[in-house]
Amino acid sequence: MFSFTVRRLGALIPVLLGMAFIVFMMVRAIPGNPAQLILGQQASKEAVAALTKELGLDQPWYMQFFGYLGGLFSGDLGVSLKTSTPIAEEVWPYLAATIELAIIAMIIAVVIGVNAGIISAWFQNSWFDYIAMIIALIGVSMPIFWLGLMEQYIVAIQWDLLPTTGRDNIRDPVEAITNLYLLDTLLQGRFDQFFEVIRHLILPSIALATIPMAIIARMTRSSMLEVMRSDFIRTARAKGMRMFWVVYKHSFKNALIPVVTVIGLQTGLLLGGAILTETIFGWPGIGTYIYDAINYRDYPVVQSGILVIAFIFVIINLCVDLLYAAIDPRIKYK
Amino acid sequence: MKKTSWIVLICILALSAALAGCGKAKESSTSSGDSKATGGTLIYGRGADSTALDPAITTEGESFIVTEQIFETLVNYKKDNTEIEAGLADTWDVSEDGLTYTFHLREGIKFHDDTDFNAEAVVKNFQRWAQSKNEAKFAYYASMFGGFEGDEGHVIKEVKAQDEHTVVFTLNRPQAPFLKNLAMSMFAIASPTALEKSGDAFTKHPVGTGPFVFKSWKPGDMIEVVKNENYWQDGLPKLDGVKFKVIKDNSARLNSLIKGEIDLMDGLNPSDLGQVEGDSKLQVFERPSMNVGYLGFNTEKAPFDKKEVRQAISHLINKEELIKSFYEGTAEPAKNPMPPSISGYNDDIVDYDFNVDKAKELLKAAGLENGFEMDLWAMPVARPYMPEGQKVAVAIQAALKEVNITANIVTFDWGTYIEKVQAGEAPVYMLGWTGDNGDADNFIYTLLDKDNIGSNNYSRYSNDELHDILIQAQSNPNEAERIDLYKRAQEIIHEEAPWVPIAHSKPLLAGIKEIKEFTPHPTGTQSFIDVTVGE
Repeated sequence: MFSFTVRRLGALIPVLLGMAFIVFMMVRAIPGNPAQLILGQQASKEAVAALTKELGLDQPWYMQFFGYLGGLFSGDLGVSLKTSTPIAEEVWPYLAATIELAIIAMIIAVVIGVNAGIISAWFQNSWFDYIAMIIALIGVSMPIFWLGLMEQYIVAIQWDLLPTTGRDNIRDPVEAITNLYLLDTLLQGRFDQFFEVIRHLILPSIALATIPMAIIARMTRSSMLEVMRSDFIRTARAKGMRMFWVVYKHSFKNALIPVVTVIGLQTGLLLGGAILTETIFGWPGIGTYIYDAINYRDYPVVQSGILVIAFIFVIINLCVDLLYAAIDPRIKYK
Repeated sequence: MKKTSWIVLICILALSAALAGCGKAKESSTSSGDSKATGGTLIYGRGADSTALDPAITTEGESFIVTEQIFETLVNYKKDNTEIEAGLADTWDVSEDGLTYTFHLREGIKFHDDTDFNAEAVVKNFQRWAQSKNEAKFAYYASMFGGFEGDEGHVIKEVKAQDEHTVVFTLNRPQAPFLKNLAMSMFAIASPTALEKSGDAFTKHPVGTGPFVFKSWKPGDMIEVVKNENYWQDGLPKLDGVKFKVIKDNSARLNSLIKGEIDLMDGLNPSDLGQVEGDSKLQVFERPSMNVGYLGFNTEKAPFDKKEVRQAISHLINKEELIKSFYEGTAEPAKNPMPPSISGYNDDIVDYDFNVDKAKELLKAAGLENGFEMDLWAMPVARPYMPEGQKVAVAIQAALKEVNITANIVTFDWGTYIEKVQAGEAPVYMLGWTGDNGDADNFIYTLLDKDNIGSNNYSRYSNDELHDILIQAQSNPNEAERIDLYKRAQEIIHEEAPWVPIAHSKPLLAGIKEIKEFTPHPTGTQSFIDVTVGE
């Protein structure tokens, strides 16, 4: 198990190197000179040329790439062209905002998705099954943009139940320590703010949870259906075990592997794919951070931002692999 | 995951759902309590974060809207136009030849870090820009004052502290818009002590003399400034503070305003105008235009080197219709290369009317009655002066079809588009301009003088008579004479038609009814010094 983990971590290096290279080249394939975009339409040619030079963009690409790699190995993610701030310094608040949102969204997606899938499989072809699967189908194909604005309009404005945007009450903002506001407010003993942060999390996390929830529900259902047809389930029922335990203990545990895989992949996707939700809900997350950087041709931010997400993605998948062994004793890593 | 942990999670969710109800009442009571007890805090919702809070090193409006609160300039624009009034300088004298400006500074002003504001501080700020030779960092300084110290075109010869409260600017050549340049946000005076102490980090810890003091900046989220208790003008500012909150999506920002989470927002979608006007709790603000969106011809390329062809196309563009369809009515038709808010605007010009027959006649005179084929470059991005570039291009394409001109629409990404248009590759293109300092020179000279071919004169239009007029106007300190010169310049441009000016758009803002004394400034930024919110 230990050596497996070490080997997998070692395998991360070529993956990330490849990733860094691909992103590096892709970013540069977008037409447009960053210096021109930074200085704006009014800028003189001399100013653009001077800035291009200062940013090192007049050098050949391989020089730029190796310079960037060298920085990476010494833990330097580069400096944002737009704000002239080291990325390692400025990325965390954005990342933290997204992580907090993604975790809550994933909790919602997993709790509802898994249970909906289990119950659908348990009562296959019942009205619950049909309705749940229709909702799941709608969920998968739901435009987040529309859903988010509708949530705001109905829940926040018409019903006046929850705030529309942001992470905290603008009139009483949270003082950031770790930038994970749920944690920060608890650390400061500000329970009123803690609840306020939760209230701000509800609408965006539901919007963000919709697609993974639907995917998880469908995956759980099909995986459960397969397991529930097995002989050991029939045996369990034959010996008179209560159906609830048959489903939740025996079947679910055996159906868990594909479900965990999907959950892992979806969590990774949420980190980078929350752009739409973040845009609608004024959420200062990593998605919008990178998206803005693309518009601005802020090469270092795009490169390093994607690299950070890729890193987390790979780590999550490693955790999923390790979880397999915990879930299924037959799986052993050597 | 164990069953118990599922249960815990469900409990958390149930709890949060319950909180949805109970937290609400509290929120509204605290917010109203806030605004009644004190001057109130204004929450300003906007689409993007600032990039820098050192006004000297940035060129974009989202930064200036914040720095305008923290810093002040030697002279100010008036509240609703671009005429000049006193700022940090109480009075000033200009020499006969327009080469010496003597500013008498107000006394007793301190920067937020307790440094004294005096002549020395002004000199140090100008030295910082002029001596840097850093084209990339202080690009705006170079573009407004003709380069840096030692450069041939540099306007400012010397800035000297005559005594504690008198600064003398000596110029190399007269620059008529000099005072207007000084009023621009980026030439605000920063605390020399803080500049020295913070170095490059000054942009994150800005220190000025303004009505509000910088408090905090959560990147991508919110910037907060609070009242300067020691501000030099009695009774000002009226607000306790301003918070600049980023909500990217225009509709989401409006939702937030309706809900009362923010007090004022920019970037109101014209299509949402009706909704705001129908809401008794909200009001709409219209920013006077300081821009122009236009269709330009490359006057070096056939057949657009012929005046008749350019005039013919001018007769084919139905501006009223374009504005109704693509600007949602929030713009006025343009007949000159600069908007009416700029002094020197020539309102006597009679615009080319929409008239297909006249267009045909003119084309016949040019020998092109059978039409021709051309490339029409369409703007790839939305800008206030051209919100729907691609659709406007399609409309123009259809209009040109009337006289057998086949227009092929061409487009590139924004950076490339500008580069190529600047290089003269586009025969007919769409572009626009937002004024920097509110002076006619910044439109007509910058955009249409032969000096600026290869730079911002994308039409590569060259006219010696116009050039003489513009150079005279640049160095003439007499405002009335300058206005006459610019009026004459607009007549020439109208006749020569290097562009078809299309529209001057008026950006919309929306706010709660309680906001008083808020006047959107044409430059796009204004101080919130005397704004109030709440009772």
